[in-house]
Amino acid sequence: MANGNGRVGLKERLSQAGDHIRSSEVWTSIFRPGSPFRYGYTDSPRNRSYVIMNNVLYHLHPVKVKRHAVRLSYTLCLGGLSFFLFILLTITGIFLMFYYRPTSPQAYLDIQALSTDVAFGQLVRNMHRWGAHLMVLTVFLHMARVFYHGAYKPPREFNWVVGIVLLLLTLLLSFTGYLLPWDQLALWAVTVGSNMGAYAPVVGDQVSFALIGGVQITPDTLLRWYVLHVLFLPFIIVIFMAVHFWRVRKDGGISGPL
Amino acid sequence: MAGLPEHLLRRSAEARAKAEGRDVEEILAEMKGEAPAPEAAAPAPVAPAQPAATPAATAPAPASATGGVRDIATESAATGVPEALLQRAMEGRARKEGKPVPTMAAAPAATAAPVAAAPAPAAAAPPAIPDGVTTQRLLTVVKAGAIQQVKSSPADKVNVWPHLLAIEFVALMVVMAGLIIFSVFVDAPLLEFANFNEQPNPSKAPWYFLGLQELLSYFDPQVAGVIIPTFGVIGLAMIPYVDKNPAVRPSDRKLAIMIFSFFLFGAAILTTYGSFFRGPGFNFSFPWVDGIFFDF
Repeated sequence: MANGNGRVGLKERLSQAGDHIRSSEVWTSIFRPGSPFRYGYTDSPRNRSYVIMNNVLYHLHPVKVKRHAVRLSYTLCLGGLSFFLFILLTITGIFLMFYYRPTSPQAYLDIQALSTDVAFGQLVRNMHRWGAHLMVLTVFLHMARVFYHGAYKPPREFNWVVGIVLLLLTLLLSFTGYLLPWDQLALWAVTVGSNMGAYAPVVGDQVSFALIGGVQITPDTLLRWYVLHVLFLPFIIVIFMAVHFWRVRKDGGISGPL
Repeated sequence: MAGLPEHLLRRSAEARAKAEGRDVEEILAEMKGEAPAPEAAAPAPVAPAQPAATPAATAPAPASATGGVRDIATESAATGVPEALLQRAMEGRARKEGKPVPTMAAAPAATAAPVAAAPAPAAAAPPAIPDGVTTQRLLTVVKAGAIQQVKSSPADKVNVWPHLLAIEFVALMVVMAGLIIFSVFVDAPLLEFANFNEQPNPSKAPWYFLGLQELLSYFDPQVAGVIIPTFGVIGLAMIPYVDKNPAVRPSDRKLAIMIFSFFLFGAAILTTYGSFFRGPGFNFSFPWVDGIFFDF
């Protein structure tokens, strides 16, 4: 193909280079058959199946779902949004970890510095905090939605129980994060909250002692809750989420319409 | 047709009845060998493994219609089913129908219909099976569903890509945009440095625990802080095992919805009350009079 001058135009060259890259071995090895990025992709029913089947998304979604499941008004995307918020919280949380030290005066100073010295520090901290509250809300609303659809009925009984565990873990994640700014709000909200746990019979004092790292909240508690918040609880919740999503698929996908 | 399960026979009869426009029961009886097949509608059942036996295969069926005694030997040779099995099937059927148990036919040719008599000798010699060829015969038919339940009922389905993924993507973008915009304009709270000697008044737990903190002002800590939350969580987890009603339509599960909604609204009211209507000393206060004592 040549233009009037007998030379190959820039657009043509770019297109040829694009085709060349997309048919290279490296590119083909990355994008599996059915990927819209693959050379020669066409929008066919077969490729629509392959997009999911040959993709890591196959862990989450089947190739096809019942038509009613696609309706936004049925699920309101609450479960998916909870998962999305978890990922968003992980990303913003990793950003915050670069600037935070869980020791007594330093924690508070780091949060202060975050809002003044760090580019986008305040924005990311805001997103982390509001996202966390939103996640508690979406998880809770997701539970209510599942109840009102009767979606916990056989064979989905156990997945409901896993969901309750996820709700509790979400609350714990939020609660452990609440202490980390180490300001008056954090200290006393957590004091009030964890005092409730100490009323538990027999093991109450021991559980409280282990969680707080003493008889009352001290700077040592900060380190303990930091590790719980950024490592232990996310680790546990990811395991339960994996089971939860797997069971959604194995129990027959999303529940039927009302 | 000896040895075939009843439901398979019936299905086959139904299919044939539909094709030929005849009565199902009539065909079924005919297949079982209880009624003579009409001449016009008696296609020879094909036994692919034994083409030589084909003409004879039709014979035993009408033959048995003549009386309780059947030509077991001929039938066995024609169908390849051992005589003992045929005999047992015949006895079983007779018992089921309340007839006297027939004995093994002693004189096959005498009782058999003339049509059957002629081709029978041809069927007596089964086709030779070459050496080294293993033949199989049908022992029983196991219904599907024992190991894996096959749900083949057609459902109205759509491709996840692009239908569902597009919706999910838009939902994620909307929520992320909303969160970013909200975070640009509203800052997360950061009060003074933590001070162990100065407890703010009132001290409130995070908002999702304020319902419990509200309960603490009515009940003993053992009740409000331990028993109610413990039973709440256990009760929540046990819902699917307690609610045995299989219905999902809201109109068919009014009680369950009523109970759940009661607790849901109860928790919402307690949380709202604890968040906005509790002032200094955790005493009742109107937020529009004394201000809001609440931080996210």
